[in-house]
Amino acid sequence: MSDITQLLLIAAGIGLTVTALAAIVRIVRGPTILDRMIASDVLLTTLMLAVGADMVARGHTDTIPLMTVIAATATLATIVVARFVKRRAEQPPHQQPKETGHV
Amino acid sequence: MFDAVLDLIAAVCIFLAAVLSVAAGVGIIRFPDALSRLHAATKPQIFGLLLTITAIALEERSVATLLALVPVFVFQSLTAPVAAHMVGRAAYRTGQLDTTTLVVDELAPAIERSEESFARRPERENDAGSGPSKSG
Repeated sequence: MSDITQLLLIAAGIGLTVTALAAIVRIVRGPTILDRMIASDVLLTTLMLAVGADMVARGHTDTIPLMTVIAATATLATIVVARFVKRRAEQPPHQQPKETGHV
Repeated sequence: MFDAVLDLIAAVCIFLAAVLSVAAGVGIIRFPDALSRLHAATKPQIFGLLLTITAIALEERSVATLLALVPVFVFQSLTAPVAAHMVGRAAYRTGQLDTTTLVVDELAPAIERSEESFARRPERENDAGSGPSKSG
């Protein structure tokens, strides 16, 4: 493995670490639940890219099943949370006419 | 010589995927509202993964590995747009977007029309006017 290749892989590792830290910061600070779910999606994508970079750097194929499982199931939590947020937002218009009468 | 070139191309692909990933990280830290953050976050989900898969295939150079990697991309390209669509829809419906950054909002008139036709149905009681207060 040449020096340039090694340098590129080290830079990629640093970049993926920075992205994971940024996603964790947004998960902690995010004002709404949707921001947190977007950030957790980014964290899982970064994990998938890191697993792939590890396979390239060390020359093995052991974690391809892990990549497949993450790609297939990572977004289920996001979809469920998005449905939940939408339902909560749709409730007030149905309750409002009872409380305030006809507008 | 040929192997060294392929290894170098694989490392460059991994590096570009990491650059896209960093762009997503900077975007979700610095962008103001949920829809802009979603725009930044979906960049490495497809193209970054495609670059990583290309790098793994170039590194291993076997048909079996390539066949094992194809389902990863297929699953990701099926599920990532669905999740982005659901998050964007929920963000718009709950008003979690900065309307001053919008140039044109083509969805608002469509929602208004559909709510009007919903309120004009004869079997419904008169609950028109509850539409605008929805975004809160």
